[in-house]
Amino acid sequence: MTRLASAFAKGHPALVCFVTAGDPTPDATPAILDALVEGGADVIELGMPFTDPMADGPAIQLANLRSLGAGTTTADILRIATDFRTRHPDVPLVLMGYANPMTIRGPEWFADACAKAGVDGVICVDIPPEEDPELGPALRAKGISPIRLATPTTDDARLPAVLEGSSGFLYYVSVAGITGKQSAALDSIEQAMQRLKAHAEIPVAVGFGVRTPEQAGPIARVADGVVVGSALVDLIAEHGANAAEPVRKLVSALAQAVHSARKELA
Amino acid sequence: MTPNSFRTLPDERGHFGQFGGRYVAETLMPLILDLEAEYRKAKADPAFQAEFDDLLEHYVGRPSPLYFAPRLTAELGGAQIWFKRDELNHTGAHKINNCVGQILLAMRMGKTRIIAETGAGQHGVATATVCARFGLPCTIFMGATDVARQQPNVFRMKLLGAEVVPVTAGAGTLKDAMNEALRDWVANVHNTFYIIGTAAGPHPYPELVRDFQSVIGREAREQLLSRTGRLPDLLVAAIGGGSNAIGLFHPFLDDSSVKMLGVEAAGHGLDKEHAASLAGGRPGILHGNKTYLLQDADGQITEGHSISAGLDYPGIGPEHAWLKEIGRVDYTSVTDKEALDAFQLLCRTEGIIPALEPSHAIAAVAKVAPTLPKDTIILANLCGRGDKDIFSVAEHLGVKI
Repeated sequence: MTRLASAFAKGHPALVCFVTAGDPTPDATPAILDALVEGGADVIELGMPFTDPMADGPAIQLANLRSLGAGTTTADILRIATDFRTRHPDVPLVLMGYANPMTIRGPEWFADACAKAGVDGVICVDIPPEEDPELGPALRAKGISPIRLATPTTDDARLPAVLEGSSGFLYYVSVAGITGKQSAALDSIEQAMQRLKAHAEIPVAVGFGVRTPEQAGPIARVADGVVVGSALVDLIAEHGANAAEPVRKLVSALAQAVHSARKELA
Repeated sequence: MTPNSFRTLPDERGHFGQFGGRYVAETLMPLILDLEAEYRKAKADPAFQAEFDDLLEHYVGRPSPLYFAPRLTAELGGAQIWFKRDELNHTGAHKINNCVGQILLAMRMGKTRIIAETGAGQHGVATATVCARFGLPCTIFMGATDVARQQPNVFRMKLLGAEVVPVTAGAGTLKDAMNEALRDWVANVHNTFYIIGTAAGPHPYPELVRDFQSVIGREAREQLLSRTGRLPDLLVAAIGGGSNAIGLFHPFLDDSSVKMLGVEAAGHGLDKEHAASLAGGRPGILHGNKTYLLQDADGQITEGHSISAGLDYPGIGPEHAWLKEIGRVDYTSVTDKEALDAFQLLCRTEGIIPALEPSHAIAAVAKVAPTLPKDTIILANLCGRGDKDIFSVAEHLGVKI
């Protein structure tokens, strides 16, 4: 079983945590990643900073700027991933970002570098299924999961195309919008999950606008996983190099809410 | 290998060779597919074409004149210089051609709110204009730096009823305005139409903007044939994203005797800060398309610089990237200084105050015309007028107004 498959087969919903690599500095990221794991994150999403993060709200835009301002390079990110894999052999690590930094040296180069760094999956925000040849074949050839996004605008006719060639999990973006802004109503998420699960054989994780244990718990009752990003990134913005401890605390509270969600229901 | 025609692209996936495509977030993908389907229907609908033509004639003031420039020709002492006078359009630039087409599409699709990005403000003004004409609310995203250097156009947009949102992210110029417009669009796809101002962005925008702007080249071709009985030897146009250039070039692409020259902004010089994506960039993915981009080794986008806010963009339309790669169009660049000189040259010789964007084309004309025989014809696109630029030109010339 792959690391990603195992993470969704623990008998409870998975907590997926996002932070931007190199925020506030490349040296600070390893301790923050360790805090995510210690807090109970089941999957780590490591954001690759980009100068033009078109799908992100202010919190993650600023994280991108802080990281690039600290001089973070693609080599730094791959080194952070490699070191993470050494420290945490079993925790799945997913890189998330935009097409240009991922493809600029060629898709094969990127897929190879990811494989060597122990990366399990890649989420590329601006490569929809229509442009899959840009990156998908190279990732699949190296056994790395291309993880796709589904949104409220992805209708039933389109879902099979979104799922085709993807693996690991399906990331359901619960609001039509950018990261960190508003959150979706629970009943709309529940309806979406029924629709998605009718098509998807892979787990479905729900994200965008999920900030607190109180929000995450109810979503975890209906989803296979919950993604939290902007709330963690806000803590890093506030605490900078000392962010690991507050991040661990929030993740711990989120993990408790997510992991126990179905027990509460029962 | 030379294709039978240079006018058959993009392919059904929106690609011009390796360029173009649809690199957008999933939220936008269904809408982009709808837009493409609706555009195919509109293109085949005589009523759509008739309404577009009628507005171009009676609202925009087309056809724009084709003008022989006698004193500039004499001063440069070589080829005959002709100008396509798109600066005489309503709102003062070629941008309005595309806005008329896109707002008709928006209404066909039942959209009730319009957004746009703008650099120099010409596209913002043109968008605000058509929104006022058709009674649709309009939000224009404009980099804060550009807001400061294009105050007259900011005021025009507000007069026309648009909300102007200054964007402070990044350097506060055109690319940042485009990022913010995309963020708004993603959050409001249900009711909002994004009128992109240049022949770039995700498919089908590069195609439809080109088609709406091709009225420039079609008119110019007919006008020159009827006036001189022949085709031009050389077309020249300035390039930021490249919409006025592709509009002029496209109808001539299969006329093998017609050479073409696109002029990028070399800013302070190609070895310093500039906005010449073809000369100083390499292929990458940004704002929905694959094209030449100014970027570093990691694919981070670098800021463009030009004296002209309308050329200050680190990318270029994907069809230009393809035309460069196959060699059908030549591309060059001119500096801020050369553009300023050309701006003054045209004022002085022809009594026409050009915008800083076509001043780049004029600078290239001034370099090449003297090297060509007197019976050759250069046709350059005068894509905007300079009223909006007089304050920044005065500042660069050290004049206090």
